[in-house]
Amino acid sequence: MNWWRKDLLGLEQLSREEINLILDTAIPMKDIVQRDIKKVPTLRGRTVVNLFYEPSTRTRTSFELAGKYMGANTVNISTGSSSVVKGESLKDTAKILEVMGADVVVIRHSMAGAAQILAETVSASVINAGDGIHEHPTQALLDMFTIREEKGNISGLTVTIVGDILHSRVVRSNIWGLTKLGARVRVVGPPTLIPCGIENLGVEVYYSLEEALVGSDVVMALRIQKERQKKGLFPSLREYARLYGITRERLALAKPDCLLLHPGPVNRGVELSSEVADGAQSMINRQVTNGVAVRMALLFLLTGGAKGEAIDTGR
Amino acid sequence: MQLKEKVQLMDADKIRRTLTRIAHEIIEKNKGVENLALIGIRRRGVPLAQRIAAKIAEIEGKSVDIGILDITLYRDDLSTLAQQPVVHKTEIPFSVKGKKLVLVDDVLFTGRTVRAALDAIIDLGRPACIQLAVLVDRGHRELPIRADFVGKNVPTSRKEIISVKLAEIDGEDRVIIEEFTD
Repeated sequence: MNWWRKDLLGLEQLSREEINLILDTAIPMKDIVQRDIKKVPTLRGRTVVNLFYEPSTRTRTSFELAGKYMGANTVNISTGSSSVVKGESLKDTAKILEVMGADVVVIRHSMAGAAQILAETVSASVINAGDGIHEHPTQALLDMFTIREEKGNISGLTVTIVGDILHSRVVRSNIWGLTKLGARVRVVGPPTLIPCGIENLGVEVYYSLEEALVGSDVVMALRIQKERQKKGLFPSLREYARLYGITRERLALAKPDCLLLHPGPVNRGVELSSEVADGAQSMINRQVTNGVAVRMALLFLLTGGAKGEAIDTGR
Repeated sequence: MQLKEKVQLMDADKIRRTLTRIAHEIIEKNKGVENLALIGIRRRGVPLAQRIAAKIAEIEGKSVDIGILDITLYRDDLSTLAQQPVVHKTEIPFSVKGKKLVLVDDVLFTGRTVRAALDAIIDLGRPACIQLAVLVDRGHRELPIRADFVGKNVPTSRKEIISVKLAEIDGEDRVIIEEFTD
């Protein structure tokens, strides 16, 4: 299995083999994150630009560290302090970065499809770090890496995703990825936050959290995105927490070795009680470590040299 | 283009005797096995390191640590390859700090793999010293690197390919020279 794509825009386009290649490559990368000297010279002289049109701490830091651990130069651009406020278009900004020598552009944008437009504009590799409510592939990859690391295999597992399915790009990427790897995916949440036709993606829809949890191997709680909740799709955070918040009692309905994932940042007392967020089944901190490893693997795979030249087998 | 076998350099017995000699040489040079560890370079350095370690245990009655090194992330030709090679785990379950390390590989050719291995080890800590053991030294060095323990010196032409086959990976033990035929 070889990697030939220029960009990582989403998991919808990837095959099961490609997803597994990324996850396999992330295993040795995780060792680098955990050792004393967290640096390999692999991407020496390469430049990774983080272009973030939405606020982010963990994803941006994760990409920055992944680039640095791999030996690349990393540059962060957040739109508040850049030419974007002067009205420069996405394409123009990207072109500038390219002619300054960026090899990889990591983009987060509030518009679905922004990464795709960028990928068609520049010859640098583009990684989608979240585009609107479309996809957030690296988050789903790190979720799958965490599940695989703990459970050994994803095929045959029942994964229940709880919360705002409508606005979540994390869900869409996870549904594509998990179903490709053979998991059964359930989604559960308030009816107003579950989009019509989601079952066409091969998932089971539940409206009762208790029913959905029974038999689950993995529970993934989604963040209630306060910034996307101005339309009044549910009455109050308190009511949401009462009906869909994961508590110790509710988690006990799932399988005893059920894993609890959350993409962060956690609204404690809303999606998760503090007790389960810090409990033994919680993978939240592990997910963050694994995120760096998965992003290192992607940077490595995407920067694969001069396409089309023969492979030198010399020792 | 097809690979054709030209000549056999070593059979299973010869490989076994050669590794026994290398094991003796390693013990002699290091005056025992105190603080010694073997590091096999993926892939075929790994079974070779395991075999040498077994011989050392037989001779000295003491076991030595074994590690596995994957040098993919340290290669100097990544930007010229069409596709990224597959990365595997480096598994060194002990601290290299202050250890006498013996790197083990099957063939020493340009020296670039060894250069990468040296960098990879130094990133894990500061060993007391690093020595190099290879089953075959075929010449054509591109870097100032030499082996401390050599199974067999084989003058080759650059067009030839030295193929080391080991039972653990290839199902048989032999070393052959191959050449491309048009």
